[in-house]
Amino acid sequence: MTELAGNQLLLEVVYLIASALFILSLKWMSSPRTARHGIWAGELGMLLAIGGTLLHHGIVDYKWIVIALVIGSGIGVPLGFVHMTAVPQRTALSHAFGALCVTLVGTAEFYLRTPNVAPFMMAVLSMEVILGSLTFTGSLMAAGKLQEVLPQRPITYKGQNLVNLFFLSVAVGLAVYLVLHPGARQVFPVMVVIPLIFGVLMIIPIGGADMPTVISLLNSYAGLSAAAMGFVLDSKLLIIAGALDGSSGFILSVIMSKAMNRSFTNVLFGAFGQVQVKAAGSTEEQTVRSATAEEAAGILAAANRVVIVPGYGMAVAQAQHKVRELFDALTKRGVDVRFAIHPVAGRMPGHMNVLLAEADIPYDKLIEMDDINGDFPQTDVALVIGANDVTNPAARTDQSSPIFGMPILDVEKARTVMVIKRGMSPGFAGIDNPLYYFDHTLMLFGDAKAFVNSIVHELAGNSH
Amino acid sequence: MSSALLNGLFVFMLAGFIGFEIIKRVSPLLHTPLMSLTNALDAIAVVGAIVLVGEHKSNLSFVLGIVAVIAATSNVVGGFLITDRMLKMFKTSRPTKP
Repeated sequence: MTELAGNQLLLEVVYLIASALFILSLKWMSSPRTARHGIWAGELGMLLAIGGTLLHHGIVDYKWIVIALVIGSGIGVPLGFVHMTAVPQRTALSHAFGALCVTLVGTAEFYLRTPNVAPFMMAVLSMEVILGSLTFTGSLMAAGKLQEVLPQRPITYKGQNLVNLFFLSVAVGLAVYLVLHPGARQVFPVMVVIPLIFGVLMIIPIGGADMPTVISLLNSYAGLSAAAMGFVLDSKLLIIAGALDGSSGFILSVIMSKAMNRSFTNVLFGAFGQVQVKAAGSTEEQTVRSATAEEAAGILAAANRVVIVPGYGMAVAQAQHKVRELFDALTKRGVDVRFAIHPVAGRMPGHMNVLLAEADIPYDKLIEMDDINGDFPQTDVALVIGANDVTNPAARTDQSSPIFGMPILDVEKARTVMVIKRGMSPGFAGIDNPLYYFDHTLMLFGDAKAFVNSIVHELAGNSH
Repeated sequence: MSSALLNGLFVFMLAGFIGFEIIKRVSPLLHTPLMSLTNALDAIAVVGAIVLVGEHKSNLSFVLGIVAVIAATSNVVGGFLITDRMLKMFKTSRPTKP
């Protein structure tokens, strides 16, 4: 190892400390009690790393660095204050920004270094640029779909996978060519543009329900591209941050794909939304039992244990604050109320927990699927609000169902099931839900927010 | 292959393993803030962009560097802000029950 000059050594030590702080930051995320320490550790590490970099010996021009930092902060602050329902699209957008940064730096490094680039370095540089640019457009597409400026409906056509595979292999082929001919500068722009197109094509066939998986996967790609950038710049701090981010996104996409009952290869190759399901038409009339808010309030008030099952429909109806009022009213009467959270009960991993926490529902009442499923037989009332497919017993019993095998919340094991729903239309995946036809299921037809509000009113009236 | 790249591979491998072990322990309650936090940390890529701008080796690298600094800084600032906002919302039930 060559001796480092004093200044350079100091910088490396600062990066070392920042790396440790980043690892601690994620470690403290393990529990809500320590999580905010995690943010402070991350912020301190970031501050040290940026501050240290500004002392870098090669820097001759500070003016534009400061201007860029100020503009970036100006964009970042409003992005830090979006609504909690908009967090998924904000997250997708920030994956796009991260990938943009990585791609631009990779491009700049390419033109600064060629033609004197060793083969392995060129391979990493190509990987950085390819991953970065496909993540950039892919994340923009995902953000557009989540924000509903782009159609959420999956767009599929014949031979889609072949076309996508073709674009990806051309990009990889160009990378191989560059490794062999590092001076071929004219090839480089093509190697950037093709993954940009691929990123768009990759997200086109994906529907809204698959967004939690997609966001996690893009998160992983963004991390890996940053790690590749770390190799290019010989920055161990960046390699570590990228590896942490990459493995985090990877783990989350595995969790999400399991929760959606999709195979792992399915996730890796981005072949989401392939299952174009049509409700297998059992057109015979089945009867459902419905109930009024008054009846529902009576049953809830008489219960000992209630489990509320929120789905994204609850958030769409902006009903979470009303649900909190219901939670308070029932808790005051001595009813034990908990929430059953399915891993994909939102638009990104953990989204439902954030939405309920925002409505001031204590987090120790938010129970994961695996921990609460065993409790449904001892539950008096399971109240389903805006959730459908994650409660569909066909996933467990009906082998012909498109969602067969998907882990679900066993709500039908509760003594009484109540489902707040606008009408009898099938859910997101277009699959009929046998839960609604059981004898112990009561359908509460109406808007989630309005209906919960009426129940709360009834409960308040009864207490006098 | 240079020794710097080899060292990098070792670091990557170790950090990957640490990442797996740590992230596995993160409560699913916090998966959304986890993602916004890793996003903010990932924006440490800003240091590479800062050096590009500061060294001003070519006009191209200078301009690309400026855009890259802007993009990454918005992630740093926005990412930490929203993670903190989310975590502040997570409260446990009040110990006093009427």
